[in-house]
Amino acid sequence: MDVYIYEALRTPRGKGKPDGALHATQPVHLLTTLLCELRERLQFNTAEIDDFIAGCVTPIGEQGADIARTAVLAAGYAETVTGVQINRFCSSGLEAINMAAAYIAAGQAQLMIAGGVESMSRVPMGSDGGALFTSPEIVGELQIVPQGISADLIATKYGYDRRQLDAFAVESHKRAAKAWAEGYFKRSVVPVKDILGHVVLDKDETVRPDTSLEIMSTLPPSFAMMGQMAGLDALAIEKYPEIERIEHVHHAGNSSGIVDGAAVVLLGNKAMGEKLGLKPRARIKAFTTCGSEPTIMLTGPIPATEKLLKRTGMQISDIDLFEVNEAFAVVPMLYMDTFNIPRDKVNVNGGAIAMGHPLGATGAILLNTLVDELERRQLGTGLVTLCIGGGMGIATLVEMV
Amino acid sequence: MIQYTIKEGVVVLDINMEGYPMNVLNEHSIKALGEAIERALADEAAKGIVITSSRKEFVAGADLNMLQQSADIETTYQMIRRLHDIFRRMETGRKPVVAAINGTALGGGYELALACHRRIALNHEKIQIGLPETQIGLFPGGGGTQRLPRLIGIEPAMQLILQAKRMNPKEALKAGLVDELADTREELLRKAIDWALANPSVLQPYDEIDKKGRVVGKKNYKIPGGNVQSPKGVQTFMAGTALLVQKVHFNYPAAHAVLRCMYEGLQVPIDLGLDIEAKYFAKIAQTKEAKNMIRTLFFAMNEANKGAAAPQGVEPREVKKVGILGAGMMGSGIAYVSAMAGIEVVLKDVSVEKAEKGKDYSRELLKKRVARGKMTQEQAEKVLALIRPTADAADLAGCDLVIEAVFEDRELKYKVTQEAEAFLDERAVFASNTSTLPITSLAEASRRPEQFIGLHFFSPVDKMMLVEIIKGKQTNDYALATAIAYVQKIRKTPIVVNDSRGFYTSRCFGTYTSEGITMLSEGIVPALIEHAGEQAGMPVGPLEVADAVNLDLIYKVGKQTEKDTGLSFSSLPEGKVIIKFVEELGRTGRRDKKGFYEYPENEPKRLWAGLKELFPPKAEQPPIEELKKRLLYRQAVEAARCFEEGVVRTRRDADVGSILAWGFPPYTGGALSFIDYVGIQRFVAELERLANTYGERFAPTEALREAAAKNDYAGYVNRWK
Repeated sequence: MDVYIYEALRTPRGKGKPDGALHATQPVHLLTTLLCELRERLQFNTAEIDDFIAGCVTPIGEQGADIARTAVLAAGYAETVTGVQINRFCSSGLEAINMAAAYIAAGQAQLMIAGGVESMSRVPMGSDGGALFTSPEIVGELQIVPQGISADLIATKYGYDRRQLDAFAVESHKRAAKAWAEGYFKRSVVPVKDILGHVVLDKDETVRPDTSLEIMSTLPPSFAMMGQMAGLDALAIEKYPEIERIEHVHHAGNSSGIVDGAAVVLLGNKAMGEKLGLKPRARIKAFTTCGSEPTIMLTGPIPATEKLLKRTGMQISDIDLFEVNEAFAVVPMLYMDTFNIPRDKVNVNGGAIAMGHPLGATGAILLNTLVDELERRQLGTGLVTLCIGGGMGIATLVEMV
Repeated sequence: MIQYTIKEGVVVLDINMEGYPMNVLNEHSIKALGEAIERALADEAAKGIVITSSRKEFVAGADLNMLQQSADIETTYQMIRRLHDIFRRMETGRKPVVAAINGTALGGGYELALACHRRIALNHEKIQIGLPETQIGLFPGGGGTQRLPRLIGIEPAMQLILQAKRMNPKEALKAGLVDELADTREELLRKAIDWALANPSVLQPYDEIDKKGRVVGKKNYKIPGGNVQSPKGVQTFMAGTALLVQKVHFNYPAAHAVLRCMYEGLQVPIDLGLDIEAKYFAKIAQTKEAKNMIRTLFFAMNEANKGAAAPQGVEPREVKKVGILGAGMMGSGIAYVSAMAGIEVVLKDVSVEKAEKGKDYSRELLKKRVARGKMTQEQAEKVLALIRPTADAADLAGCDLVIEAVFEDRELKYKVTQEAEAFLDERAVFASNTSTLPITSLAEASRRPEQFIGLHFFSPVDKMMLVEIIKGKQTNDYALATAIAYVQKIRKTPIVVNDSRGFYTSRCFGTYTSEGITMLSEGIVPALIEHAGEQAGMPVGPLEVADAVNLDLIYKVGKQTEKDTGLSFSSLPEGKVIIKFVEELGRTGRRDKKGFYEYPENEPKRLWAGLKELFPPKAEQPPIEELKKRLLYRQAVEAARCFEEGVVRTRRDADVGSILAWGFPPYTGGALSFIDYVGIQRFVAELERLANTYGERFAPTEALREAAAKNDYAGYVNRWK
């Protein structure tokens, strides 16, 4: 059964620190803002929704206790609408969409909302612990290192130097700035307001239109100290002994920004769309996940894409636009080089380096951005992919209708 | 075993294990402790308990013989459980228990003290306190991984245990391992009794009384510095694990078990934590790493230190005055360690200035010791006054032993030998610190070659614990006994070997570097070679260590060997590489800051970029396991050859020497025990395969083949007995 995207919304992304614009906003409010706007915009009976799946990577504290169900109740949706919070690390927002699509495709649901949220300024990344990152048995035997070390390991192994990564990062900011200036995000971005109705934030807070290679070159590497002092470089090299040392080339400027934000997508089958008088914007064509080597961790988009191409019988050249999450500059760069994809098809409106990566929401934001852009350019097919902690990749193919 | 007396209403338990050289924890003492504790708890006249010893030590540790002999995991587990039951009775018996630590309390001895409510130590600097078990392949299994972190915090406890740290009482007080110090034994007992009387119903901080009135472990005990799942705890475990892998890779299961016990055990009440620890301990105690390390690093090392290699029935000459010829790096170092042992030193060089410079080396080291509070200024000056720099050979008169440490030049060595002997009495022993020249040939210059011997020190002398004593063909037992006694006196470990090219240690060590260099010549990625060495457990990679030795020295030794034996250096793969580096490229190693590595100023060293062009990497690189095997098996088969040729005469000396001299991985038990570590049959089968693949240098000896056929390693290593 075909699965259609009827609407896709997101909040602007606020700097994920106490001086960030969204720091005073509760994470659940980011979701309710979008759920209310969705109901407002499409004027549907919320009782038609089967379930709300929300990605959230640090589901503790105020993001704990099933924030998805919390949000549907808080947004005043019909009490029959259930909610479930899921976590597949950085892909959670897209995973939520894929799961919702699977429900619909299997005929077990007709209308679903999927997306995600992360208020990284309020619930810090990593504050949920996890055996994967703390248990000596697992950290040691599997050689699990923080993602920044993995990103630097990829750059070292595949020979990307800092200047190349910085150039990619500068371009991300330029593209994001242009997209904002041209109003490409207008349809999707819903301003966040306070209880007085004042706008708290209406655009992505971390874009720097004026950044340059010179500015980038002044930033200190982020992971050198932890890599050397905490033995984490050595832990990674235990598995990659052909590498003499890890070159620490990633820094705050060429890695994804830590931000607060949320996104939701309304998905349904054809019959439900017709019943509610909704116009489909795109179709979910196929999706998959794939595991990869967990120490280097961030190369998963490559096998996930290969798996998806094989299953659908498609070629890379069949895809018009790509959204490859800019967790670290090296991730999309290696992806482009592996598949030989020109830069002008990838992250055409910038990415997480410029606008930030609210962990649980990013997958949904990328899909959202891709659909907007395919529509604007009147192109046919796009692919969203993200690298994932623990050594995984996810990929989703969408087609315009 | 344990004397029970009541003083002022407090039971004093005096541990005194007659018939044992030291108080240790074993089945007998544990049983006696359990009975004494039950008696004291039931004794209505007893308000508290003090545990102490009237011997020199408190309790030195667990009885390693017992652990070495314990046959299976389940038995060990049950034994540890019994110990925990006693320790928990002490903690939860509702009577204060005080450890009056009168002497060294290490390992199980300190864990006994940890299970007391208070620890008071006699303030004497020779007393050692700590949990050093990881040094011998074990870990603190008497509650150490559970009680110490609950007492002082996760990170400090992790470091103390993993570094196998031994502290004196002052340091132990500072680190929180003891609560209080006492200056005399009387004061110690006084304080212990007073504390017991003043704290009638004490509980451990991690215990509480439940609704039914029982003492149980707290469910939410707050560990000082943060619990396991606190942000700090999470960081500590991630970094702790990574740093441990960096340091020991996966070669020491005991060290990894420490982290696991702490991670798992500190998240639950103490009783469950102790049970987790007991299970890990039972498994670890049965690992071949533990058994090998206990045998070599404890028993064999102690034997060697006690002079087990000394000939029977020969009275050595006590070395009160030593002459040292040549005040270079080695000579100065030997002068320092001798003076530190209270030996009078005559340090001779060609000029007084040069000899003075050699003495400066001791001045610097002593200055550091004083600065670190390890010595007083007066003590340092006393040591320094023992060293007399001179240019006059006549000053050697009265020396019991003379050690020449001049350049490795045969003529020069002849000359200084004769010059010195002119002033020595007939019973003086003459030693050469050569690392390359055969002792028998150097002895030819001596008037009494039977009193000529090799004393091979390692650099830096003050840090390296081994001295390789080389018997020349004519060296007599008197010279050997004197040399061993001297090495014991300077508190180093002696091994005795017979004269042969490279003796024992240089010969085997050389195989490590040459195998690494051979790999390079085959097109194996240099970083992979280096990491293979490190992951195998060697202190540094073979190329790095070749650089440190200096390639021109390897070149010289290779050329000399070629001249002496006809074995063509230039036709060997590593010979070709070394010749190219020294003759063509002028890259001679670390000293000149260019060898296999580059050594840029203020930056870490890097593998030389030119290696890639010289040795283009093969498209298909071997798995690191294969490289590790080559590096270790190559050394081990050479050690076996030395053993069979009688160059090294005991398994003890072969093992201890390999670990202390060139850093052969301790977890294997040493270069000869390595055979047992992998199993004789597998060892020989692998050697056959390696010989077929890489060359005859790996070929097993006939004796090894026979031993494998009979699966009889014991017979093989006892061949000289």
